[in-house]
Amino acid sequence: MALLYVDQVMVRFGGVMAVSGATFMAHAGEVTGLIGPNGAGKTTLFNVITGIQEPTAGAVSLDGEDITHLAPHKRAHRGVARTFQRLELFSSLSVRDNIRVAAELAMLTNVSSTVDSLLERVGLGEVADRVAGDLPTGSARLVEIARALATKPRLLLLDEPASGLSDIESEHLGRLLRSLAAEGLGVLLVEHDMDLVMRVCDHIFVLDLGVVIADGTPDEIRADQRVLEAYLGAS
Amino acid sequence: MQELLTFTIIGLSTGAIYAVVASGLVVTYTTSGIFNLAHGATGMLAAFTYWQLRFDWNLPAPLALFLTLFVLAPLFGILTERVVMRGLQGTTEVVRLSVTVALFAFMIGLANWIWPSDSSREAFLKFFEGNSVSIGGINVSWHRIITFLCAILVAVLLRVVLYRTRMGVAMRAVVDDRSLTELNGARPYRVSMFAWAISASLAALAGILLAGEQQLNIEPLVLLVINAYAAAIIGGLKNLPLTFAGAAVLGLLDAYYLAYSDSSWFPQSVFGFSLSGVRASIPTIVLFVALLARPQSRLKTGVVRFREESRVPSWSTAILGAVSLVVIVIGISGMLTRANTLLLLNGFTFAIVALSLVPLTGYAGQMSLAPLTFAGLGAIAMAKLPGDGNLLTFVAAVVIVAVVGAVVALPALRLSGIYLALSTAAFAVLVSKLVFNQRQTFQTGNIAVPVLDVPFVDIGSPRSRLVLAAVAFSILGLGVVAVRRSRLGRRFIALKDSPAAAATLGMNLTQTKVIAFAMSAGIGACAGALAGDKVSPQHYDFTQSLPVVLLAVVGGVGTVGGALFGGLLLGGNSILASVVPSLKNVSKILPGTIGITLGRNPSGAAVQTAESFRSLQNRWGLIGVSGVGAIAIWALTAADVLSHWSFVVTGVVWFLAVTPNLPAIADCTHTARRVSTIVYLAVGLVVAGGIDWSTALDVTGQRLVTVVVLVAVIGLGGRRLSENGPRVPKDSPDVIGLDRSFTGEEIERAERELRVSI
Repeated sequence: MALLYVDQVMVRFGGVMAVSGATFMAHAGEVTGLIGPNGAGKTTLFNVITGIQEPTAGAVSLDGEDITHLAPHKRAHRGVARTFQRLELFSSLSVRDNIRVAAELAMLTNVSSTVDSLLERVGLGEVADRVAGDLPTGSARLVEIARALATKPRLLLLDEPASGLSDIESEHLGRLLRSLAAEGLGVLLVEHDMDLVMRVCDHIFVLDLGVVIADGTPDEIRADQRVLEAYLGAS
Repeated sequence: MQELLTFTIIGLSTGAIYAVVASGLVVTYTTSGIFNLAHGATGMLAAFTYWQLRFDWNLPAPLALFLTLFVLAPLFGILTERVVMRGLQGTTEVVRLSVTVALFAFMIGLANWIWPSDSSREAFLKFFEGNSVSIGGINVSWHRIITFLCAILVAVLLRVVLYRTRMGVAMRAVVDDRSLTELNGARPYRVSMFAWAISASLAALAGILLAGEQQLNIEPLVLLVINAYAAAIIGGLKNLPLTFAGAAVLGLLDAYYLAYSDSSWFPQSVFGFSLSGVRASIPTIVLFVALLARPQSRLKTGVVRFREESRVPSWSTAILGAVSLVVIVIGISGMLTRANTLLLLNGFTFAIVALSLVPLTGYAGQMSLAPLTFAGLGAIAMAKLPGDGNLLTFVAAVVIVAVVGAVVALPALRLSGIYLALSTAAFAVLVSKLVFNQRQTFQTGNIAVPVLDVPFVDIGSPRSRLVLAAVAFSILGLGVVAVRRSRLGRRFIALKDSPAAAATLGMNLTQTKVIAFAMSAGIGACAGALAGDKVSPQHYDFTQSLPVVLLAVVGGVGTVGGALFGGLLLGGNSILASVVPSLKNVSKILPGTIGITLGRNPSGAAVQTAESFRSLQNRWGLIGVSGVGAIAIWALTAADVLSHWSFVVTGVVWFLAVTPNLPAIADCTHTARRVSTIVYLAVGLVVAGGIDWSTALDVTGQRLVTVVVLVAVIGLGGRRLSENGPRVPKDSPDVIGLDRSFTGEEIERAERELRVSI
């Protein structure tokens, strides 16, 4: 069974259809890519999955349980965590406290050791005591990832984690994502950096104008004519 | 039937005034995102100005109207935008709202100053006084007809301006996306200025119409804005037709209540609770219902980079501060007269109320405009509960009010930001009108709150009550510091910084807000329960809460020190007025004036002061210099070189003006500049110590004012002189990177702003 199943989700803002019946899934132990041109509805779908946006129609289920109408914090307790495309750091807390708050909210028993190991893992050890609001974007994105991981999620949603990262940093990120998947975590990745997406994803869904227009392995997607059209407007 | 029709017309004309006010509120909110609490006060000031021009200086009515509505009011609006509101981009909603509170306080103070309530004023005349026309057998005065026509005119004009003019299109575009509008060539500041000008004119129009309908009094005119809030909220703060409809409903409700509340079938009390306050609270009740009927506010995403500071306070600083506060208060309490003791005591009460806002507003980012309401409830609970003031009664009173705070807050917590703040305002007004005026609470206008019975200590004299208040503040302050350092404190900050992230990480936002509200209500209740004297409901009125909120934010609502600073400033303001009668008028506008400057230092004064000392950290040599200087001043006093007051003045100047400048002098690379700074500070010290203040000035208040002025002049002057670095303008951005390479700091900043890696 899929870890995350998004079934025919539709979101309407006034007269605008942001998502019109998108269906896709993500499995534990895999990195699933969700790509598409700007305005395709990727961030809106993330908001639906995490409960920030109520869908107009459709359903979201986690491990077979329907979570469509659950409050955001209850979804977090069931193992959904995310990062934000437009950073949502606790900007007046230190980097360490950003991660610590998340670990505390997840009711972990070994908060400080979890925080320390996460700081180490994403490579933020040196800036641990700086105020998060002062960090450059690259490090700030890593704080968001570490913070999400501190809740010990089963499903991690990453909204453009590589934007603002240097080439080296984004390569580190790719390795981190693979190792997380290897530990059994389900990762759903929204990203514009195609190199990264093609390198780390097991399966990719392509979204355009609110619907899934293609899905498959990276190789299949690369060869797909519809995807090229959506991205390049080629006919 | 005749009666119904008459009251319908009365109601609609009242509603027309509300509509004019509310539309002004909507215009500024939509273009600048600032909810102007001072909108009603603008109308009040305009009504007084019109009175001055028309009835005192006897200008003809059309000229006076033209000057007020189309010259003075728009100028005032433009000035407000230019001087006050423009600095508020990028600050929190708390600061933005507080600045309008400051403006509110400033205008009331100004009106009180220029037009004291005791001076006799001729009645404010209606337009075409005495003339009326008969419509369907009912006499309708010209004034009412003009009111109607004005409302219709305003509706039509707003429609035309917003939809048919370039400026209107730009105004609506600014609402959608400020920076995008700018890129497309519109100048958002000009647009905001225009909006503020229109809004002030609308407020002025409503103020003049209402003053004709009622009387020329400050309070009813100011509170007019509450009625307008309700209408504006019904319109969702953006929909003008709905706003007008809401205003009409409000006016009608009020008129019908007036018409039928005397009827025999109308209940005068429910379960022994008098309903006499209901009429006055109709708009508030409508506001409350309209707020609660709003859809759950969506979790806002999108970064808000706060300019405010928030550091984790260390235990050593907190304990040192608490102990020194108590020691200082014990030390000076013997030197104060009874009247000044009571005023200082008052300051500490305000400080505790301000402290109640620290966890709620400073940490959790939730605005409350009702802190004194909980103090009032605390005072009632302390007086009514059995036990005559023993510790158990005190604890029970605090717990009860905390629970009340949590329960009352619960329905309002679906809201956020301005809507939540307004619902607390509505709650404060409702409690004032419906609870505090009951026989069961303040039956004779005041109640005696028993003095807290502390074992083994006799507390009765004002002096011991002052010490008790200082001890209570210190203990509560330590408690608040403990919260900030705890798991709960981190949760509060997370809630403030990003509700969306907090929720998706598993935080139950409602639960966290309820805890914050309960904690705040509990601390507020302490202030009331410790009153230890006769108190009257006026002490806990909504309008009294506003200055407390304001000064808490001015002091720095994110820190315990800020709460103390703000509370004492508010208390000290009345000390100033009592000891220096000539400054009485200045003291009326002082809190407002200070608050208006918030846009420039949103972290508050306490944080700024602390900041200036931070440069001394770990520089033991300089701390030693400071200590040696202090000993020298003390020795000079002991040797009778310095008089008692000169000792105080020199000491304060040494610590607050000279010491913070020591690191800058030590680091100064220009010898000439270093020498001139030292000479300047030395001259300042000699002036401070050389004049015998005990004889030079004979009023304590004047001496205190002198201290403040000297500290400001010497301290700021010293900082200006010792500034390091070349005195040339900063490099223009297009030169950096060409003439010289980027510094690490600049690279980081560029990365942050551009969201890329360089």
